[in-house]
Amino acid sequence: MVKTDIAQEPIGPEHEPETEWMELNMGPHHPSTHGVLRVRLKLDGEIVRDADADIGYLHTGFEKSFEDKTYTQGITFSDRMDYLAPPINNVGFVSAVEKLIGVEVPPRAQVIRVIMMELARVASHELWLGTTGLDLGVYSGFFYAWRDRDLALDLNEAYSGVRMMTSFTRVGGVAWDLPDGWLDQLQRFIDVMPGRLDDFESMLTDNPIWHQRLEGVGVISAAEAIDAGVTGPVLRASGVNYDVRKAFPYCGYENYDFEVPVGTNGDCYDRYRMRVAEMRQSLRILQQAVDNLPSGPWITGDRKVALPPRSELSKSMEAVIHQFRLVSEGFKGPVGDVYAFVESPRGELGFYLVSDGTNKPYRMKVRPPSFCNLQALKKLVQGVLVADVIAIMGSLDFILGDCDR
Amino acid sequence: MNRWSSALPDDALVQRIGDRFGAGLQESSDFRGDLSVVLEPGALVEVARYLKSEEGFDYLLYATAVDWPAREPRFTVVWEVRSLANKTRIRIKTTAGMPDPHVPSLTSVWPASDWHERETWDLFGITFDGHPDLRRILMPQSWEGFPLRKDYVSFGEPVIFSDQKLEGLEPDAIRG
Amino acid sequence: MGELKLRPVPFQTGRAAGPTPLNALGDNVLTTTLDKVINWGRASAIWPALFGLACCAIEMMGAVGPRQDISRFGSELFRASPRQSDLLIVSGRVAIKMVPVIRQVYDQMPEPKWVIAMGACASSAGMFNNYAIVQSVDKIIPVDIYLPGCPPRPEALLDAVIKLQRKIRGEPLVQRPA
Repeated sequence: MVKTDIAQEPIGPEHEPETEWMELNMGPHHPSTHGVLRVRLKLDGEIVRDADADIGYLHTGFEKSFEDKTYTQGITFSDRMDYLAPPINNVGFVSAVEKLIGVEVPPRAQVIRVIMMELARVASHELWLGTTGLDLGVYSGFFYAWRDRDLALDLNEAYSGVRMMTSFTRVGGVAWDLPDGWLDQLQRFIDVMPGRLDDFESMLTDNPIWHQRLEGVGVISAAEAIDAGVTGPVLRASGVNYDVRKAFPYCGYENYDFEVPVGTNGDCYDRYRMRVAEMRQSLRILQQAVDNLPSGPWITGDRKVALPPRSELSKSMEAVIHQFRLVSEGFKGPVGDVYAFVESPRGELGFYLVSDGTNKPYRMKVRPPSFCNLQALKKLVQGVLVADVIAIMGSLDFILGDCDR
Repeated sequence: MNRWSSALPDDALVQRIGDRFGAGLQESSDFRGDLSVVLEPGALVEVARYLKSEEGFDYLLYATAVDWPAREPRFTVVWEVRSLANKTRIRIKTTAGMPDPHVPSLTSVWPASDWHERETWDLFGITFDGHPDLRRILMPQSWEGFPLRKDYVSFGEPVIFSDQKLEGLEPDAIRG
Repeated sequence: MGELKLRPVPFQTGRAAGPTPLNALGDNVLTTTLDKVINWGRASAIWPALFGLACCAIEMMGAVGPRQDISRFGSELFRASPRQSDLLIVSGRVAIKMVPVIRQVYDQMPEPKWVIAMGACASSAGMFNNYAIVQSVDKIIPVDIYLPGCPPRPEALLDAVIKLQRKIRGEPLVQRPA
């Protein structure tokens, strides 16, 4: 039979041609996968029916590397996992070692850790806002975000010498005391940031386009969120009030007065509101930390674990021996296994440390929040449009370095 | 005061597990405030169901394994779960031996265990019976070998200093 | 182990790759001037591909940000499609699974194309001498500029772009004081 002209083919819902699902590869090289994530989507027209997230394109073998480095050498490695908030990785790593060995951290060191962690949280959420905005069309938001993030990175650099990979903790405290004038610089940051956040919010929060792209997209209920194992702002946006800083306070978080924002709808818009509110709460914590910074040592006095101050080396033979021991071999831990966890901007970052009594971890398993959140992607994108997949991936805020390790 | 000790469930929990499952519970320990129980592989799924439905441990934290080549059985497989409402944690361990290590999968109890078990298969080679989709997740699909085992040599290539000769130390020769 | 055969030595691109229709005419006055003009054009508007892998990608974003602003140096836009870009800034560690992807992205880029290996991991695997990280991206693609740092500051990336521009124009990379 001669094929009829397409203009003469009957139209109408009862004459729909046969279709089949198309597999679309959102490959590892893609502008909005926030790193090298590959998602295989099964599309029915424009609607996603199934998704399979393929990770591993940034697998670095951190856990294997930790096994042949001493505890102090491992701190430098831990920065590079969740590379958007390295100070938080540092604190998590040494918390596991401190829990294993049973070392107390002096109060000043705890406050310094809190300051660096909250700075990292603000910097990370700013970048999240900038890049998620970029994915959804807010090109100018990226530049606003970097203007603020550069201020936080300046503070990091003034303290540790490095903009991002600070490695500022040591087992038992922090590596250095705060330099002169640093607290004034931090105060200027705290004073100027609320106005900057207001700028950002005025651009986005009541913007009808932002609402349309994010509201009602990627909804996950509280029960589903707990079942899927999601964590962090994603879990809180679904209505589950769980933040490690409030539930299991560490580093003195019980002494600070701050709120944990909890959402209601569990959609992308709520996750955006969570992160902006968390930034404001971080600024509150920073102000309290600056006001109540105690004086005293910034690292434990236990010489079996922490290096002695250099002034002692010329006076005491014992100090020289401790220095030699710690630098060449490190300290040994007891046999056992512990799990220590901190609240990173992505969620609960945990370190499961198994020790066999030597100076190196026998097994350091990292529980990455991004890995747990990304598992839920399959469920979240069922039945949404392709453009919504971008919005959902942005709102999950995963970092592939954290996910793949 | 051990600030982590608020994570400990009540001591009677171990008692209840022991009463209910008898020989399924092999040992328990409480090191630095972390409660762990070692279970027999056969009792694993039932204890997990009991913990979830009756003790309120609803949130899976992670699942992994530890390789003890000198021990028999060789691998210890670990899951850690939390009860969000009671703010407690418990670590469940079981063992798996060579030549073909396998343990039951807990995806039927905690669906979040899915990717964690795939990662443990990928890096250790432990099969999880009953897992819906057990394939490699971090390494390429065609990779051979299980990187996190203790007998897997990890280095990429030797560092060649300027006073050393290059013959016999070509980087590609190491890759094989 | 993996079935990938990795290229052991880097090779040259650009002018050193051999005769092209343009420089096959030899070094006479007209083509030299034309070469200079073309090279000046190429160097002044290098559009990188969006290829951020790991932590260095964050500092690459910082170079795009308002404080450092790479578009002052001609890189006005980062193109998502490799077919529309000139420069591949490999910013971050290269895992084994990523190797065929990088090769495919590089092969899709049209000539002339250049590569900056940004950071210690792309230049030489950095601190990761293990099973999972390829020991330098120059085993996969030829590299023009190696930029050390972990991660290098955005200003260092700008310095690398400036050196690349000098290389493209045929000037010496390091200008000695008079």
